[in-house]
Amino acid sequence: MSLAERDRAAAPAASGRRPLPRSLWIGLALSAVFVVAAALSFLWTPYPVDGMNIPARLQPPSWAHPLGTDHFGRDILSMIMVGARTSIAVALLAVGIGMALGVPLGLAAAARRGGLLDEVIMRANDLIFAFPALVIAILITAVFGASAVNAIVAIGIFNIPVFARLTRGAALSLWEREFILAARVAGKSAARISAEHILPNVANLLIVQGTIQFSLGILAEAGLSYVGLGAQPPTPSWGRMLAEAQTMVSLAPHVALIPGLAIVFTVLGLNLMGDGLRDLLDPKVRKART
Amino acid sequence: MLRYTLKRLISLGVSLAVASLVIFLVVEVAPGDPAAFMLGINAEPEAVAALRAELGLDVPKWQRYLDWVGGMATGDFGTSYTYRTPVAEMIAERLQVSLPLALYALALSTALAFPAGIYAAARRGRAGDLAVMGATQLGIAVPNFWFAMMLVLLFSITLGWFGAGGFPGWEAGLWPGLKALTLPAVALALPQAAILARVMRSSLIEIMGEDFMRTARAKGLTRRQALWRHGVRNALIPVLTIIGLQFAFLLAGAIIIEQVFYLPGLGRLIFQSISARDLIVVESVVMLLVFAVIVVNFLVDLAYAAVDPRLRRRT
Repeated sequence: MSLAERDRAAAPAASGRRPLPRSLWIGLALSAVFVVAAALSFLWTPYPVDGMNIPARLQPPSWAHPLGTDHFGRDILSMIMVGARTSIAVALLAVGIGMALGVPLGLAAAARRGGLLDEVIMRANDLIFAFPALVIAILITAVFGASAVNAIVAIGIFNIPVFARLTRGAALSLWEREFILAARVAGKSAARISAEHILPNVANLLIVQGTIQFSLGILAEAGLSYVGLGAQPPTPSWGRMLAEAQTMVSLAPHVALIPGLAIVFTVLGLNLMGDGLRDLLDPKVRKART
Repeated sequence: MLRYTLKRLISLGVSLAVASLVIFLVVEVAPGDPAAFMLGINAEPEAVAALRAELGLDVPKWQRYLDWVGGMATGDFGTSYTYRTPVAEMIAERLQVSLPLALYALALSTALAFPAGIYAAARRGRAGDLAVMGATQLGIAVPNFWFAMMLVLLFSITLGWFGAGGFPGWEAGLWPGLKALTLPAVALALPQAAILARVMRSSLIEIMGEDFMRTARAKGLTRRQALWRHGVRNALIPVLTIIGLQFAFLLAGAIIIEQVFYLPGLGRLIFQSISARDLIVVESVVMLLVFAVIVVNFLVDLAYAAVDPRLRRRT
């Protein structure tokens, strides 16, 4: 063995790096397919998504239409690409809402642990937890009408207590640690400690949970637009593609099969990515597995 | 235990009161007057005023809230704006479909998840475990309404074993009713079973690392005996919480699944009411679902405390 070879062989151990978990790679690759498809759809789709072509309706997959056509003769591949945009945008913004409101609430509750603020925040969280995302969506839609924005708000509200609880739980144990005590002795305010020391230390957990909520958001968006509470026509969405396909399942199964598979692969990809990230970022899991 | 029960009972009451207030206020900000909506734009102001009085919309908001909550406590949910029939009757009729569906799905998901989770935990790290975990990973990713459509495609359209939808009513007998709910229940149960199996597995694996499990083996129990007598029983505690949570989600999830199978349950009622702007029905159904979640969580908490006295001391 040459010296260079030996160095290379020893390198991973020396720097303490481990190979990335396989689930992370698979998940990343699966999710990337849909993110790229969504991004590409802004520039190019094989056919225009509103291009109806009745004579070419309900065609099975072919070279001209790799995923076939729907009941209006629209190209399903193009619709899946644009639909990915809707799914990703709704789920991502909903995670954003959940984090933007939930994390500060969780940090504040932990900073005032045992106090009135903590109690109020946690009880409010319990209350939101009693409203499943679908129920929030029903309530919002009944009052303000159905739209993608209302779907985002509904799923976003549902995400708030998830992030608030996670942040509070993790922050509580951090507040007992010496380095936080040092920061307190140094005269930093609770708000500054939360922002400068607690937040960076819960970031890993938040990223993992964010991935999981992202995948749940994709499922929720699909369900909401399936029952007509999400994105409205003409915006293509996977859930509505399925709703429209429902009456045609027997005539052209692919019309119902393909949007469903798109959802499954996206969610599966995100979940695998979440698992992989957890293995990578959470030292407790790492120790337990090795 | 009595003290704990009382404390939890008070917090249950507060939760229900706040939840009902939130629902009432959200619906209150809805633009438009139901009476004006029902009579159309050309209605005479007097007719609208008369209808408002008939619907009880002419009293102050706080009094309407108290009437609504007080009514619900006594089983009077008000009168539907569009059908002019008592909301309680409409809900009771739809619950005959939605409630059995949710319970059926809960039973299926538990029956599926327990053996799968226990099997995976006992075979931890081996092929059987990997297969179960792979299947659950897939199960979690599948949207239940799409899975339902695929079930219809396979079992109704291709094989012809089940009807593609609709509900004959319980008057037709127990068996036709159950048969009509089977595919919906399977669709609803499978993704939940995947989650439950994972919880069961990780809970059991954690328990198997405990000292008392080693003691059980040391006193001469076989692996299998130790697993069943001490492992599974102790692993059930977190699993029960998830089952409690799942019941509420199954009831809400039934709303979507009912759309796939054209079942006359709460789901169809709520979507009809949304498009007809029959807000009092929407309000009441939403309150009922939230009530179910809160009460089930309360019961799970109590069951916990009954099983494990240590929990009573914490809040």
